Amino acid sequence: MSIDTQTAARVAKLARIKVEDDQLPALAQEFSAILGFIEQLNEVDVDGVEPMVSVTPMRLKRRKDGVTDGDRQDKILSNAPDAREGFFAVPKVVE
Amino acid sequence: MSDLNKMTIAAARDALRAGEVTSAELTEACLTAIDGADALGAFVHKTPEIAMERAKAADARLQGREEAPAMCGIPVGIKDLFCTKGVASQAASRILEGFRPEYESTVSQNLADAGAVMLGKLNMDEFAMGSSNETSVYGNAVNPWRAGNSDAGLTPGGSSGGSASAVAADLCLAATGTDTGGSIRQPAAFTGITGIKPTYGRCSRWGIVAFASSLDQAGPMTKDVRDAAIMLQAMCSHDPKDSTSADLPVPDFEAALTGDIKGKTIGIPREYRMDGMPDEIETLWAQGTEMLRDAGAKIVDISLPHTKYALPAYYVIAPAEASSNLARYDGVRYGRRAALSQGDGITEMYEKTRAEGFGAEVQRRVMIGTYVLSAGFYDAYYNRARKVRTLIKKDFEDVFAQGVDAILTPATPSAAFELGKTFDDPVQMYLNDVFTVTVNLAGLPGISVPAGLDAQGLPLGLQLIGRPWEEGDLLNTAYALEQAAGFVAKPAKWW
Amino acid sequence: MLDLTYQPPKPKVIAGAKYDWELVIGMEVHAQVSSEAKLFSGASTKFGAEPNSNVSFVDAAMPGMLPVINEFCVEQAVRTGLGLKAQINLKSAFDRKNYFYPDLPQGYQISQLYEPIVGEGEVLVDMEPGIARLVRIERIHMEQDAGKSIHDMDPHMSFVDLNRTGVALMEIVSRPDIRGPEEAAAYVTKLRQILRYLGTCDGNMQNGNLRADVNVSVCRPGQYEKYQETQDFSHLGTRCEIKNMNSMRFIQAAIEYEARRQIAIVEAGGTVDQETRLYDPDKNETRSMRSKEEAHDYRYFPDPDLLPLEIEQAWVDDIAASLPELPDEKKARFMGDFGLSEYDANVLTAETDSAAYFEAAAQGRDGKTVANWVINELFGRLNRDDTAITDSPMSPAQLGGVVDLVASDTINGKMAKDLFEIVYTEGGDPAQVAEAKGMKQVTDTGAIEAAVDEVIAANPAQVEKARENPKLAGWFVGQVMKATGGKANPKVVNQLIAQKLKD
Repeated sequence: MSIDTQTAARVAKLARIKVEDDQLPALAQEFSAILGFIEQLNEVDVDGVEPMVSVTPMRLKRRKDGVTDGDRQDKILSNAPDAREGFFAVPKVVE
Repeated sequence: MSDLNKMTIAAARDALRAGEVTSAELTEACLTAIDGADALGAFVHKTPEIAMERAKAADARLQGREEAPAMCGIPVGIKDLFCTKGVASQAASRILEGFRPEYESTVSQNLADAGAVMLGKLNMDEFAMGSSNETSVYGNAVNPWRAGNSDAGLTPGGSSGGSASAVAADLCLAATGTDTGGSIRQPAAFTGITGIKPTYGRCSRWGIVAFASSLDQAGPMTKDVRDAAIMLQAMCSHDPKDSTSADLPVPDFEAALTGDIKGKTIGIPREYRMDGMPDEIETLWAQGTEMLRDAGAKIVDISLPHTKYALPAYYVIAPAEASSNLARYDGVRYGRRAALSQGDGITEMYEKTRAEGFGAEVQRRVMIGTYVLSAGFYDAYYNRARKVRTLIKKDFEDVFAQGVDAILTPATPSAAFELGKTFDDPVQMYLNDVFTVTVNLAGLPGISVPAGLDAQGLPLGLQLIGRPWEEGDLLNTAYALEQAAGFVAKPAKWW
Repeated sequence: MLDLTYQPPKPKVIAGAKYDWELVIGMEVHAQVSSEAKLFSGASTKFGAEPNSNVSFVDAAMPGMLPVINEFCVEQAVRTGLGLKAQINLKSAFDRKNYFYPDLPQGYQISQLYEPIVGEGEVLVDMEPGIARLVRIERIHMEQDAGKSIHDMDPHMSFVDLNRTGVALMEIVSRPDIRGPEEAAAYVTKLRQILRYLGTCDGNMQNGNLRADVNVSVCRPGQYEKYQETQDFSHLGTRCEIKNMNSMRFIQAAIEYEARRQIAIVEAGGTVDQETRLYDPDKNETRSMRSKEEAHDYRYFPDPDLLPLEIEQAWVDDIAASLPELPDEKKARFMGDFGLSEYDANVLTAETDSAAYFEAAAQGRDGKTVANWVINELFGRLNRDDTAITDSPMSPAQLGGVVDLVASDTINGKMAKDLFEIVYTEGGDPAQVAEAKGMKQVTDTGAIEAAVDEVIAANPAQVEKARENPKLAGWFVGQVMKATGGKANPKVVNQLIAQKLKD
């Protein structure tokens, strides 16, 4: 499966990783190599096989309703690159 | 005094209780060794004050009336992937520069509760993605072993390269690692130590930076099998904060180490005999088989027909899950945020932050993962890979149902290779995991035991794969193999 | 029990420049689950806290954090499904919806795309007595709410508050069965009513606890019927989604605007772009939300941190057994047991609390009369004071007491209204207050007759006029009521005056 630079650019955008234009061809080539490797999976007959959902079948644990967490604004903000007046500050988001 | 860091956990445990040594002395010996070992690139954040504090507390506890747990006073290293409260936890990534968690991972908390002493954080491949510890923001971890007369630096394996290097060089008595596709077992094999990945769900994943949620498991990296049993027991627990954590009691793994494997059935899977497998590996595997037979086990040929599809399936599932797990590293709430130019909005912030913060391999895997999940490809890649995973797991289930107790395979396709060895394409590097990924895909426990040296004097390991939840039994078989192999070699100190 | 039958309302028709058009509307209502803690974390859901104080490390998506499901939120979703007569899926699963936005810390929302917890159900939307639209529910699923981004506090920065991040939402998806703006508002009203009855969502639209994404398309008359035959959506026209509507009034206005916008495009020969839009209430128009890049690719996949959710039928049955009486049932019962009109029954059952009040007051009394008092007197009075019925200073017993006094002819209607006001503002037992204030009706025919005679004797000219124009007899009634301090029994007064004027 050959990936072109346009696709590589689209994927980089979806993943929110800036890739310079001159790096796109190399990236596309790497993708192609990896996807080529993955293509082997097409050899397997998966007719009627259920996709694995959880490797260790268990009953999903449930919590009782009740406030057991939160109320720690300082700890939530302590690692923030830019925290102001209790908020996380980020560059303007245009809707 | 200066050899205290060379002790095993079991020996130290006895010595501490016999009053022959204190935790403070053990810890100091390790700290001294660490300070002289920067060339190994193993410890990337040293925590000597915390270590001495905990050592003191451990010594007091050992004097107390209550029986102290086995790990009390034992100095260990913690892989940088574990969040340790107030201590840098970066997953060896630039994007987590400066991040100091306000919480402690369950596994490292379990060790702390048992009285273990944290010496510092250990090097690893960035976000646990790698098999050679060459993608770390801290620089390479280096194997304490060297080939023949060569001075060339060798990889300790990855992603838990720093952990493996540290244990092999006696910088600590043991270390924690994590294993998503072989990241405990492969480095253990490359450095001549023991490493076990338990059944998926045995160790809590809470507080461990997530790479691939359905594959990640923490585990101990130790100097021998007994130590692995002791430390694994201390690390395991049911954690209600982790929905994938098994609600099962943790058995006394050490108690299972009788060394008696008479009547056990060991399977030798034919599909693990790969084209171009080096003779030495093949020979070692045969030798290991004989050792187990001599110990009284029954040897049977088995087939795990979907083995060859494990690597491609892994390289769909792991990147896919990773692409989603790593979306939170966006410069908004913690870690590094890129410097922005005039007019940059939120999108530019995301793109620059992640381009600067993630290394090349991480970017590659995140993007591959994004691609295989994207519109139009979900069925062709991700869903198909999950179906193949079901088949891989079923291969093992069938074999266990036929009465096989454990499966013996090589751990790696080669001994440790040179650092800086460039591969033509990324897939070449991925082939390092060929023997180990099946175990993560099937969620089974797997252990690597050092079994011999290659012609250049480099350690080689053998892998045993066990039944789900039967780590005790697996450890016992590994114990028998370890006894038979008699591997006692240690790397010559050059650092 | 009364079995009510309904006719569906006629679909709204909008006349375009060239043709007539009908509307097709489907809605996705996001209802915040009433619970103490969030869906996957133990942080509080309380509104109005300091920024980022109802946030756990899990909500902030710190490294290594993992979700654990709140069982009560699941219960609320099941309860809602049962209240909408829907199929409960004993096995459901969680998927990640991946996209980047600062108020979405994980970079994905945990939702249920492939296997939602609730399947098909229905809502009967009353429009007028005898007229109702049956709107089919396609599915209900659980998902995490996002945080809040504030964009207007600073020219260069946006500010993020994660308090709401991770609160449990139920997304209730309807089929395109709604045919007009009034129907759409009525649908949301009915849905909100049911959720409030169930106690699964407080329906507070101002706080954003209930919001709707409205899908609108237009089609020519006859096309909808083609869709119904074939199930082919292409007959319904291209739809646009108007997001995050939290006002009944704006929902209607937005639909009106959007329908006309689409009609104008199509009549001019163009095609409607399928897109997401926002309604601007200041300008009364919808605006495209879509950025210049392509639409989101959410890359849904099952969340590997969560196992499939399997609930037991016995648990569902327990929840079903504990359901309160729902609006439709209560309304039918009020009409059947108390003989109320559909209109009155609708008004009284709009909220559980009003219904409970009415029912308490109506015990052992004439339902219609009590309904009259509650709707016309009590509700009006409460509204004036901006008081909720649960805070009513007049209890059902007190109101009932007033009604009893009228029913027993002890006081007359006008007096009763005065008495009502006194009891409302000053309290007390109505019978005692009426006694104390001397409000009891004068029924003594002799006394009244004397008053009537007096008034007639004093006003011979009026008597003449009244004889010619019987309508003018009312003046005499007024005079007699004045003379008796308003206490004469009006019925008796009327009778006597009519009688005497004839003579």
